[in-house]
Amino acid sequence: MAESGVRLQLEVESIYRSDSRRVLATLIRLLGDFDLAEEALHDAFAAAVEQWPASGIPANPRAWLVSAGRFKAIDALRRRSRFDASLGELVIRLDRTAEEPVAWDGDGIEDDRLRLIFTCCHPAIVPDAQLALTLREICGLTTEEIAHAFLTTPSTVAQRIVRAKAKIRDARIPYQIPTRAELPGRLDSVLHVVYLVFNEGYLASSGTAITRHDLSAEAIRLGRLLVELLPEPEAIGLLALMLLHEARRSSRTDASGELILLAEQDRARWNRSQIEEGGRLVEQALSSRRFGPYTLQAAIAAVHAESPTADQTDWHQIVGLYDVLIRADPSAVIELNRAAAVAMRDGPSAGLTLIEALLATGELREYHLAHSASADLCRRLGRTAEARAHYQRALSLARLEPERRFLQRRLDELPAEEDTR
Amino acid sequence: MKYLCLIYDEEKKMSTMSKTDGDAFMGEYFAFTEDIRKSGKHIAGEALQPVQTATTVRIRNGKMSTTDGPFAETKEQLGGFYMIDAKDLNEALQIAGRIPSAKTGSIEVRPVMTFHNP
Repeated sequence: MAESGVRLQLEVESIYRSDSRRVLATLIRLLGDFDLAEEALHDAFAAAVEQWPASGIPANPRAWLVSAGRFKAIDALRRRSRFDASLGELVIRLDRTAEEPVAWDGDGIEDDRLRLIFTCCHPAIVPDAQLALTLREICGLTTEEIAHAFLTTPSTVAQRIVRAKAKIRDARIPYQIPTRAELPGRLDSVLHVVYLVFNEGYLASSGTAITRHDLSAEAIRLGRLLVELLPEPEAIGLLALMLLHEARRSSRTDASGELILLAEQDRARWNRSQIEEGGRLVEQALSSRRFGPYTLQAAIAAVHAESPTADQTDWHQIVGLYDVLIRADPSAVIELNRAAAVAMRDGPSAGLTLIEALLATGELREYHLAHSASADLCRRLGRTAEARAHYQRALSLARLEPERRFLQRRLDELPAEEDTR
Repeated sequence: MKYLCLIYDEEKKMSTMSKTDGDAFMGEYFAFTEDIRKSGKHIAGEALQPVQTATTVRIRNGKMSTTDGPFAETKEQLGGFYMIDAKDLNEALQIAGRIPSAKTGSIEVRPVMTFHNP
């Protein structure tokens, strides 16, 4: 008996992990309120723990949980409406819809998850709150985990989430998937949030470890969900981009957690199945001819991933892809990456000229990677004094420990004598 | 649900417009107003006199102070408003996006508070 109790508990926990966000997404639609739905979700799982030992796990646990949650919520509201008349109207409305059976064909339920993503990433919500709300409601991360990932306090995260939920309720942000006409603008903010989650996992902005596997895994999961539910080219491109970067994870640091640059990575350790999947997705997105910046970045990552050695990298193709990318999404950071690729194709001085021009505009002056890139090119050109100044500037701006150690090593390795050129 | 669409635009830009451009702009407003009236989503709407006609009133410690000018000096000024009836924020934003000044200035969309009387 005790053993079966433990087994049931494990089963409920596994259902919680796999299905609680789906149940929540449906409860938000049925109840029309985030907080009410969260409470209902909690109550539904409490009821499951209480009732399933006797009744057994229902054939469709998700349907059971949604019904139980909805029932509990209406019950709680009815009790509260005795004290708060404004709830009466809501109870009547919910009571009426409670009679309608919940549709259990897969489509409707999966649509709820998409509704939830689009609502959490609604452009009327400030970007920081979009990110926090997505991680909380869709990924199920706690406010502490979110605060830890983005270097802020749990109370700040909690406040952002509370404000965002209040805006959803008070400004009446609808719980719906955007129409085809609205989609371009709306999908952008969803993809951007997923991209930010991945980026923080791929290269943490500070801390002791370079990568945070939990966050990039969440981002890939969200990316897969988006592609599955809404196979738009840029959603496919973003998933490809994430997979191609993720494929190199284990080779990006050595056993002691030190940074290894792309050229020195052990390519045998790259994840072939992720590279193959990423490559397939890039081609699919490119062939749609409606692709954008994510697909182009993925295409660049694919050239790297599919090159057997660093020396065989097709830098002509990479520079060409950056040229298209800059037209699609002009930004100084992309210009910097293009300059690094030009340095590989045409030699360090050609790249350095471009980076110096970029730094002169002032936009990247506070960006440590701009200084470390020019330091590296100066070093290769034998311009030691300039290399030293740029490494020092990069070091003063970098916040991630392994990156800082890498820069310090490069600085220590510079020849003592000035300019050898 | 009611939403108030506050129209912010640069008065300077408006006053230096050529007569043809100004007429065309007003024409767009007439067309928009006509259109939203017909759709049944128009509740109210007015244009305001320029900010130099504004006066700001405050009562502090029981004493009224009156100052010339708007509450806040900003690059764009409140020039008018529409009160609309929309089913949710998405619809309100769609309508606000069609207000001619959305292309030259900005429209602030605010849901109107509803009070529940016990």
